[in-house]
Amino acid sequence: MATSAPAVPSLTLDERLRHIWETKPGLFGVLGTVDHKKIGKRYLVTAFVFLLLGGIEAAVMRLQLAQSNLHLLTPEQYDQLFTMHGATMIFWYAAPVLSGFSNFLWPLLIGARDMAFPRLNAYSYWTFLLSGVFLYSSVLVGQAPDGGWFAYTPLTNSLFSPGLNLDFYALALIFLTVSTTAGAINFIVSLFKLRAPGMSINRIPIIMWGTLTNSFSIVFALPSLTVACVMLFADRRFGTHFFDVSAGGHPLLWQHLFWIFGHPWVYIVVLPAMGIVSDALPVFCRRPLVGYTMVALATVTTGILGFGVWVHHMFATGLPPLAISFFSAASFAITIPSAIAVFSWIATIWTGRPVIRTAFLFMAGFVVLFVIGGVSGVATAAAAFDQQLTDTYFVVAHLHYVLIGINLFPVVAGLYYWFPKMTGRMLSERLGYWNFWTMFIGFNLGFFPMHISGLLGMPRRIYTYPAGLGWDTVNLITTIGAFVFGAGVLLLVANVLWSRVRGAPAGSNPWDGPTLEWATTSPPPPYNFAVIPTVGSRHPLWEDRLDEGARSLVSEGPALDEEKVTVETTPLDGQLTDVLTMPEDTLYPLAHALAVTLTFYGLLVRSPGLGVAGLVLVIGLTIGWLWPTRRELEEA
Amino acid sequence: MPVPSGAVPTPGAGHPGVRRLAALATLALAGCEGAPTYLRTSGYIGDREATLGWVLLVIASAVIVVIAVLVPVAIYRRRPGGSNLQREEGGLSWIYIGGIAVPALILIGVTIFSLGVLREVARPPSGPAMTVQVIGHTWWWEVHYPGQAPNDLVTVANEIHIPVGRPVRLELSTADVIHSFWFPQLAGKTDLIPGQRNVAWIEARTAGTYWGHCAEYCGRQHANMMMSIVADSPAQFARWLQDQRRPAAEPAAAAIDSGRAVFTRSACATCHTIRGTDAGGALGPDLTHVGSRRTIAAGTLPNNVGNLAGWIGNPQALKPGVIMPAVPLRPAELHAVVSYLHSLQ
Repeated sequence: MATSAPAVPSLTLDERLRHIWETKPGLFGVLGTVDHKKIGKRYLVTAFVFLLLGGIEAAVMRLQLAQSNLHLLTPEQYDQLFTMHGATMIFWYAAPVLSGFSNFLWPLLIGARDMAFPRLNAYSYWTFLLSGVFLYSSVLVGQAPDGGWFAYTPLTNSLFSPGLNLDFYALALIFLTVSTTAGAINFIVSLFKLRAPGMSINRIPIIMWGTLTNSFSIVFALPSLTVACVMLFADRRFGTHFFDVSAGGHPLLWQHLFWIFGHPWVYIVVLPAMGIVSDALPVFCRRPLVGYTMVALATVTTGILGFGVWVHHMFATGLPPLAISFFSAASFAITIPSAIAVFSWIATIWTGRPVIRTAFLFMAGFVVLFVIGGVSGVATAAAAFDQQLTDTYFVVAHLHYVLIGINLFPVVAGLYYWFPKMTGRMLSERLGYWNFWTMFIGFNLGFFPMHISGLLGMPRRIYTYPAGLGWDTVNLITTIGAFVFGAGVLLLVANVLWSRVRGAPAGSNPWDGPTLEWATTSPPPPYNFAVIPTVGSRHPLWEDRLDEGARSLVSEGPALDEEKVTVETTPLDGQLTDVLTMPEDTLYPLAHALAVTLTFYGLLVRSPGLGVAGLVLVIGLTIGWLWPTRRELEEA
Repeated sequence: MPVPSGAVPTPGAGHPGVRRLAALATLALAGCEGAPTYLRTSGYIGDREATLGWVLLVIASAVIVVIAVLVPVAIYRRRPGGSNLQREEGGLSWIYIGGIAVPALILIGVTIFSLGVLREVARPPSGPAMTVQVIGHTWWWEVHYPGQAPNDLVTVANEIHIPVGRPVRLELSTADVIHSFWFPQLAGKTDLIPGQRNVAWIEARTAGTYWGHCAEYCGRQHANMMMSIVADSPAQFARWLQDQRRPAAEPAAAAIDSGRAVFTRSACATCHTIRGTDAGGALGPDLTHVGSRRTIAAGTLPNNVGNLAGWIGNPQALKPGVIMPAVPLRPAELHAVVSYLHSLQ
């Protein structure tokens, strides 16, 4: 592919900007950096570590289920494994990995020099990491959560689950929601305020529509989870009765709160991933995406409709048929925006000239997996049939097609696509070919038969099953497929580790991509762009060849090389309004996150001393963080 | 392991075309003989849900096949040479047709059909013949047959008998956590939730024994919280109910009599009831006619002398985490108790 001319900054300008933006070397720089690129890469690596942990948990479970009546695991171990597997993958992998991409890419896509709140950005990473460490410390004391990732009461109250297991669960999730909420607000504000001049809202890449929708969904849906977990913890520790029938509470309250959060969360973990495909697929098809506006609108529509379907997780709870009918119909309706996206991708491939690289293979495979996960979802929307499907392996198959097919496959595609930008080196295409086919075949071999075991009546969350029910063969195939799939994931890890050191140098635009991130070097300098670009279309780097008449400026513009600043523009039209001062590296985010960790451990082990110490530190560090600098005082 | 038998494997009563497809797919499932699949049903609700299921699965499979063909064709189709960027904005008709019009038509049809089935299975076509109360426990099922008089109440465990071809009303509640009542071949799930009494109904079209499982994760032994439904002719059912209503049989032999003595004197009686004896505990299953049941420990083991002895001797080994403790009995006592329980037909 042709490479468009990178913006080569003049040495003196580069030096001046580096002096302003570069993270200081040494330990302070490592712990105190607010560079969104470093934070984004940390997010990605950390999320992949959680993916591998969750994968190991899954592998052990698949061994236990390979045949009937196996005794590799005790029921207690199995319960902890499936709970940790679900919680890890859904909370500590699927959403954070997308935050990783968005964090790395966000300012690069909009021509800014960092996120709107760089310190908050660092804080959301540290709280993500430490909440995960907090969760996994439960494994060290042998009391990992065991109530399922959905933790239905009353099984999870202090009567039926007296150990620390569910305390770890509730506290770790409350902790994580701090991180996720901070991240979402940062994305929203950065998108609306920091876009390069001229980048009106209809010129942003689709991944930004996906992440914007995901961020608004987080802001509105996540409080429901936080509240539910606070109530659960209060019921367990302080004797409240939110879910206690004998004192006027009700266990279904938990289910409503959980799924009012839970179903939007499904779209939270897929919409940005779909955005990755909508942006990267056209590059390999050598044409713009078919139906940009429709896909953008479909993305937002999905996010909104996602709030109106939560009861389809509760079709068996005895709700009246009329209520069920509404949620069933809404669940059917949400198919349409997804179908729009699917046919946009197919049309893009059909009318384009595909260049088959590993990233493209993962995206093409994703389209097929998306449809399989989609139509099995339609089956569960049919309430009468869902009363059979729910809590069987059919649903396990469905949700893995959604989470692996629509999250992991695009994530891997995105990695092959943007790895050169992140590291300056290409991932190996030869290894990538094997990587794709091992994952694709292994995944379908492992997870498609789960539909069958579900249709054969196999319930979920059972640590073993008797012989003679006809489930042995499908389960054996599933286990074999799961291990093939796991080998595919390891090939990806191997490729990343190898290519980071030995990969071919990438150049600034190895795929001939159209968007701003390809206008700067690979990896980008600490300041991202030597000059603030001016955007005239959706495809600044393709304009000359698409002949659309638009003229973006990517190598001319304000350098802003005197202070640590980036530009502020209007939310919709992207008109320049102001220049914003950005904060320096600081240890406050890390220190604050550690203080929160201390507070949560205090709550966990019932230590008022520890808890109060943590809280005092949290308050003190908050004040310190917000204390105006001398310059801010002077300006005020 | 008890397996459903007698439940004739006829696909959901429905459309002939659907039935033919169902028969084809059934072939594909041939390796899974004996599986409690809800696609080969034998009950009023299950049949209708299975028909809906087959329709959905056929449409879903067709969509998957179309896309799985379309994607590679789109990639590899012959096209004019050159690899320059293309400007043309064509392709929107794909979205209008494939992304909106066709799915909307299919979805409207499926929604109407599906909501119709939901309405159809909400109530039995005729008034229910009787009411059965099911109470979920960790990890077994308590079942009541209320009678005319309070004394006529029949209490059994893990095995529900119903008259074939008659709708039976179910009142579902739980003694502890949430469970879910599910007989795949008869009807979809209804949860048992603290603080509410869910009402469902069930009807078996064919006589036979059906396999059921708790379908909501309920803790350590969720995997072994099974049960069965025995659908008999109305006459056989009436006889069974009559038998169950009687108190436990008087021991017919000395060995059995000593077993009863051990049972009523030991810890057994604090948790279990045997009507007609001093044993009146209410924590575990009623054992008045335990000898007549097909399985013990909620479907975990076939009911025979060996399994009874193994279970009483060390329940934790067979069902780790179960609430029943091992009762310290000498071998002779264990033997006597097992003989006694086995005699309670």
